[in-house]
Formats: sequence, C-alpha cells, structure tokens
Amino acid sequence: MKYYFKNAAELLEICKREKLPISQVAIRREMEMFNKTQPWVRNKMKEVRNTMWEAIQIGVKSTAKSKYGITGTSAHKVYKGINKSGKMLHSKVAIRAMAYAIATNEQNARMGRIVAFPTAGGSGVVPGVLFSTYEHMKSSKRKMLNALFTASALGIAILEHGGTISAAKAGCQAEVGVGAAMAAAGVTEMRGGTPEQCVNAAALALKNMLGLACDPLGGLVEVPCVKRNAIGATSAMSASDLSMMGVESFIPMDEVTEAMMNISMTMSETIRETALGGLAVTKTGLKIREKMGLPPMPEKYLNWKDRKPMGNACGSCTKCK
Amino acid sequence: MQISVFDLAGPIMVGPSSSHTAGACKIGQIARAIFHATPTEVDFYLYGSFATVYQGHSTDKALLAGVMKFQTSDPRLVDAFEYAKKEGIKYKFIPVEIETDHHPNTVRIILKNATSHLSVVGSSIGGGKVIITYINDVPVDLEMMSGRFFSLLVGTNKRSNNALEKVKERLKEWKIPVADEQAICSIKGKCMTALNILDYYLKLPQVLELEKIAGVDFVRSLTKLLK
Repeated sequence: MKYYFKNAAELLEICKREKLPISQVAIRREMEMFNKTQPWVRNKMKEVRNTMWEAIQIGVKSTAKSKYGITGTSAHKVYKGINKSGKMLHSKVAIRAMAYAIATNEQNARMGRIVAFPTAGGSGVVPGVLFSTYEHMKSSKRKMLNALFTASALGIAILEHGGTISAAKAGCQAEVGVGAAMAAAGVTEMRGGTPEQCVNAAALALKNMLGLACDPLGGLVEVPCVKRNAIGATSAMSASDLSMMGVESFIPMDEVTEAMMNISMTMSETIRETALGGLAVTKTGLKIREKMGLPPMPEKYLNWKDRKPMGNACGSCTKCK
Repeated sequence: MQISVFDLAGPIMVGPSSSHTAGACKIGQIARAIFHATPTEVDFYLYGSFATVYQGHSTDKALLAGVMKFQTSDPRLVDAFEYAKKEGIKYKFIPVEIETDHHPNTVRIILKNATSHLSVVGSSIGGGKVIITYINDVPVDLEMMSGRFFSLLVGTNKRSNNALEKVKERLKEWKIPVADEQAICSIKGKCMTALNILDYYLKLPQVLELEKIAGVDFVRSLTKLLK
C-alpha cells in the first residue's frame, strides 16, 4: 500500500516522498484501498459538495424554526449582516463562514438534507469555512473539491491514530473540534499552504477545542451545537491564518489526537451526549426538557455544588458517598 | 477496519443526528434486507439513549423509513409515518428502560408477516456507522461503515456442512473472492455464515441460484445497501 497512512506524520511523509498535496494523497489512497477509479472518487465528492451547497442555500434564506422552536432564525440574521461588515470586528469572509455554518446546522435541526462532515452535530464547520473562502478567493471548483479531500484526509489521520468522531465517546471536541481541525487543514490547502502548514493548522484548531463537553439541551442537536459550529468555523480560520503566517504548533498533530482521547477517558458520562450535565441541566435547559415532555432530571445530576470533583472518589467503595 | 474518505465526508443524510437518525435508518434497512419480504407488522424496542431521546431526534421516523427501504438522504424520511400507513405497515415503538449490556444506541427490530418472523438487534456507533449484534437471538458481529456492507448471509443446516462449500465453489466459478467469513450456529442446529465479498455485487438470479443448493436455507445479499 503506497498511499496508506496511520497518522498525520505518515501522511506528511507520503506527501514529501510523492511530492503531492494532501488532497491527492487522499484520492490515491481511496483508489488504492477500495479499487475505485479517480473519476468515481471525484464524482462522489462532487455529490457531497453539491449537497453541502444546497443545504447552505436553503439555510441562509429560511427562518423556519425547528420542531421545539429553539433554533432556526440565526443564519438569516447573520447572512443579512454580511453587508454591514464595516461595523463588525471580523472580516466579511469570517462572517460569511459563520452564516454558512449556522445555515447548515439549522438545516440539520429542521430535518433537511445535509452532509455529516464528520458528523451531523459538527456538520457546519467545514462547509462554512470552505465555501466562504472559496467565494472570497474566487477559487476554482477543483480547488474546492481538493480542499474537501484534504479535510477528509485529516479526519482519517485522526481516526486511524485511535481518535474518534463520536461525541458519545469523547464529547464535542470530537465533533466540532475535529470538524474545525479538518476545516483548518482544507482551507489552508485552498489558500496554497504546504502539507506541513495544513497539518499544523489542524493541530492548532483541535488544540483549542480540547475538552469541549457535549451537553445538548434535551439531547437535541440544536443548542449549543448550532452556534458552536459558527465559532468553530472562525477558530478554524484563525488557526489557518496563524499557520500561514508561520506559527507552528508546539505539540504535533498526532499528540493532540492522543491528548483528545486522554481527556475523553476522564470525561464524566454526563457531558458525553447524554444531556445530563453542563448546559443541559441549567435552568433554561431544564425548561426545554419539560417542554419536550421528557421525564424530570434525576436529582443527583442537579446538585452539582454538593458533588465531589472527579478523582476523589474511586467508585469501588461506598465510603465517600 | 478500513476507513474511507466517505466515512468522514458523509453520509449525505436527513438531520438531525448522524447516530440517531442516519444510523437508525441504516439498521432498519439491514433488518428489512435480512427479512427479505414485505412486513405487515414491525415492533421497535428501543434501548439506552434511543429510548430517552428518540422523539427529539426522529429516531422513530428514521427506523421506520429504513424498514421501508428509504435511503438516509431521502427527504420522504420526514413523513415516514404517513408512508407506512399507505403501505399498510403497523408499527409500535417500545422504549425499554431496563439497563442492558447493549451499546447506548441500540434497537431491537421485530419484523412480522403472515409467514415469517425475524428479530434483529443493531447499534448505531456514531457518525452513521452501525453494527448488527443479534439476528434471531443469535449473536453476530456484522460491522458496517457508512453503508459499505458487502456481506452475503448464508443460512445452512448444521448437518449439511458441505452446503457452504458448494456455495463457495459457485462463488469461485463467478470469480468472486471471499475475503472473510464468520459462522454463527444456534442451539437448534441452524447455522448462519456471513461471507465478506469485498466490492462485488451479487445479482438476484445469482442469489436465487445459490438458494437452490441442497442444504442452504436462505441466502441474503446485502450489497444493495451500498449508496
């Protein structure tokens, strides 16, 4: 297997050896592993790209609220605000990226058709960042497609190195965090960065998302997921900017993945997609729960002030309870 | 486990959750493929987080849509209940609150019609990936990554062990390599073997031909789920 890689370091090695950008290595790896032709792989990714774009187009125009009415109006507001960007702190590109990211995720909450890239909860970051930059740079469609391959290649490096994209396993850092890392790598390649800069940008983006809890209100993929996608998109852009200006991540990408999994081991069950901790048990969160008709929250998850921090209790005896 | 680019960039799906909607839909599809007939009655027993948050994530609609052979990206998924009524499928959702050793996102699907009965237990393990853990209460280990599922299920009688050999011989004649196999036998003397045929499609006439071999109870080709 010429193009097979187990982690980001190996990916960079292959890029160096074959003198190819990350996207081409990803395409060739797919062709080699699954016996596909290059047009097949590219066409399938084109379908992904078109679906993303459709979701964004519907999302930025729609103001329909989701089933329980907790999200659905932000994308339109932000999209309208792009023209006011003179008054905003962020550049037009970043604001548009936020609008697109929110649009995708709101479309997801409305049960619209989206691409789970890498998962449905973190599906806004990659299309937001890439499509906004694509419009800004007046880039070619081919480059856009390549950026999607680069983003996926980073995801593969994370998964192959023992990482995960499941929030039930590692919290939001594995969804929006990995999404931001993938987007950072993709956008860096689109802007003409070297493979090293791409991986470096991904490391910077993921590093900043480490430890993020998954605490959705009522278990719905809406609050805080939708807005986390927007802010994840801007941090992916920041990471890409830093990397393009020559800032290097002190911790290599693979070690950041290890750190993510290390943190996931110490994460309490309550903040891993179970909706039993974090924002889900705030006063507002509990109101949504009531509105949905879910059974009331067990008392033990509410009295967080009386609870001992994790690590003090071993759980093997009943003495410290 | 081979990871494809399209495990990250995909699946294309109807929201809101990859594990609770897309994964659930896929479990439904597999159950229907193994059932291999039109069910008239379907019961869904929901475990773990499927039991607690299934309405908010439309897991119920997705499961039913899967049983009706809708793809995860099919916009009809939103109106699955109406389509089920049209097709005359009765359905029931039963949240099970007892703690089990199942994965948190697990469902047991029981499909029935006038002649047959099937129970499938599947778990959605994140990002739209699913595994099937029990078929008719026989533990199996079928893993599926984002719809890439190239298995061939062959049900045989324990006594006629050479039936499987004949199936394999026939596959060899068709130049279809078997990458991996896994046999599961129940107490009643019925065996089921999952053959992993990477990247090959088996057409319906071929499946029917395999079913004619003496000693083979049924053959199910799960390649159609690739999309």
